Amino acid sequence: MNSPRTIVLLLIALLVFCFGVAAHLTPQFQTWRGSRAGGDIFNVVLGDSRRMFAQSFFVKADAYYHSGYYPTMFDNKEAFQTQHMAADTGAVSDKNHGDEESFLGPTRNWIDAFGRHFFPDRHTHLDEGGAGGDLSGSENVREILPWLKLSANLDPDNPQAYTVTAFWLRERMHRTAEAEAFLHEGLRNNPDSYDILFELGRLYYEGYHDAQRARNVWELAVRKWLALAPEDQKENKLIFEQITTRLAQLEADAGNVPRAIDWYHAAQKVSLTPDAIQQRIDELSKKISAKQP
Amino acid sequence: MKNIFAVAGVVIKELYRRKDFYVLFIVTILICLVMASVNIFNDSKIARYLKEICLLLVWISSLVIAVTTTARQIPAERENRTLLPLLAKPITRMQLVFGKFLGCWVACGLTLLCFYIFFGALSATREHQWPVLNYFQAGVMQWFMLGIVVAMSLLGSLVFAAPSSNSTICFIVIGGILFVGRHLDQVATSMHEPLRAVVNALYYIVPHLEFYDLRDLIIHNWPLIEWKYILLALLYATAYIATFLLGACLVFRRKPVN
Repeated sequence: MNSPRTIVLLLIALLVFCFGVAAHLTPQFQTWRGSRAGGDIFNVVLGDSRRMFAQSFFVKADAYYHSGYYPTMFDNKEAFQTQHMAADTGAVSDKNHGDEESFLGPTRNWIDAFGRHFFPDRHTHLDEGGAGGDLSGSENVREILPWLKLSANLDPDNPQAYTVTAFWLRERMHRTAEAEAFLHEGLRNNPDSYDILFELGRLYYEGYHDAQRARNVWELAVRKWLALAPEDQKENKLIFEQITTRLAQLEADAGNVPRAIDWYHAAQKVSLTPDAIQQRIDELSKKISAKQP
Repeated sequence: MKNIFAVAGVVIKELYRRKDFYVLFIVTILICLVMASVNIFNDSKIARYLKEICLLLVWISSLVIAVTTTARQIPAERENRTLLPLLAKPITRMQLVFGKFLGCWVACGLTLLCFYIFFGALSATREHQWPVLNYFQAGVMQWFMLGIVVAMSLLGSLVFAAPSSNSTICFIVIGGILFVGRHLDQVATSMHEPLRAVVNALYYIVPHLEFYDLRDLIIHNWPLIEWKYILLALLYATAYIATFLLGACLVFRRKPVN
């Protein structure tokens, strides 16, 4: 029973059995929804907690945008509810209120007063020169990009990481090609994201001056937004207003005034400032009537 | 003074014979080089994330070196039975404590110097500038902070039974001060008496090591701090170093050497 030949045969039998079980289970494991084997390294190591880290790195990017002058969990964060680097792109509704300059409040005691000399104590934005205050140094906004990229890698389902990154890449660093590639990566991960489509349209229109592609992308963004549930539409009115007013502007620039008026009417339905849009509609209507004999 | 310098010299020699510093220094260099090789949107001028990682590693490494080196000084002398012959020579217990402190503190200063030279070179490759005075302020502040840590660990090594327990307690205390020290008074306001009074008292008693953390100012290229505030912070550190050393001398005076 214990002869070497029997042991070798047993080992071979076990190996064949293991191989068979592995060959049988592997396809099932790969098609199983809970499998992490096909995911990236972050997915495998962190699981769903990666979203929490992604948000934390997104906030870290905003802290860099302020050159380190940023409230901690103990400070008053009312003026930092929405990340300023995102709000400054113009595509995110700003929920901030309160004084962003003095979230630290008055000094509490001599230790607090003395300690304030040893960390950043002034509200600045990197795109306006940052701590040095040198307005020509607006390219310093590049410093927020590593954290935004890491945030997007950790949570590819968050469109804001892509749109904010692309905005600053295009607007301040003039790296339109990199911004476009990043937005396409975001679109692959979030095919229904009207935010990414809006930013892509801005890139085509303002970066490449390609009105036709911008129109196509923005019209697709409108269709994606209209496909939302009514409750979701209520929460995301700002982006719809942004898309439709851009489309209206594009059509007006292209000479399609009636189409521009239609888009302004669509924007008016969700806008918080319908009077300003009505004024624009009136101007365009006058243009049409002036052209008619 | 001669005796103090002699003891300090031995401690410094011990540091460069041990592998701790070399390992931490090489690990810091490797991590920073790997992070520097990451391509971020084809932009080679992005520097601040790299500075942050490098400074974080410098802080962790220097704290590890300071605490672990100091914590084993006197217990090792006792364990190896070299403490008694050492004190048999014309050297007082106070001189021994001061010598050990000076040796560890100078050794920390030397390691900091190496780390900051590397940090300066790394950041210069990206930013093409070398703000020497800013680095000097950051380095000196960190060195004095390490002075407090070394003095505290030395006192701990005479109070606690083993170097491992002393190191662990020191790391917890230092981490606690660095993370919440600045906000202890705010934390106290949400508590009930008598806990509030205890936390408030702690806020005023503990050495505020966070004063010496100038990383944000260095990373984001803020201007220099006014020198008078640096000087005051150094005096504050000196007061705590003196207090801890005095405590260590008092404890050591009654401690059996065997």
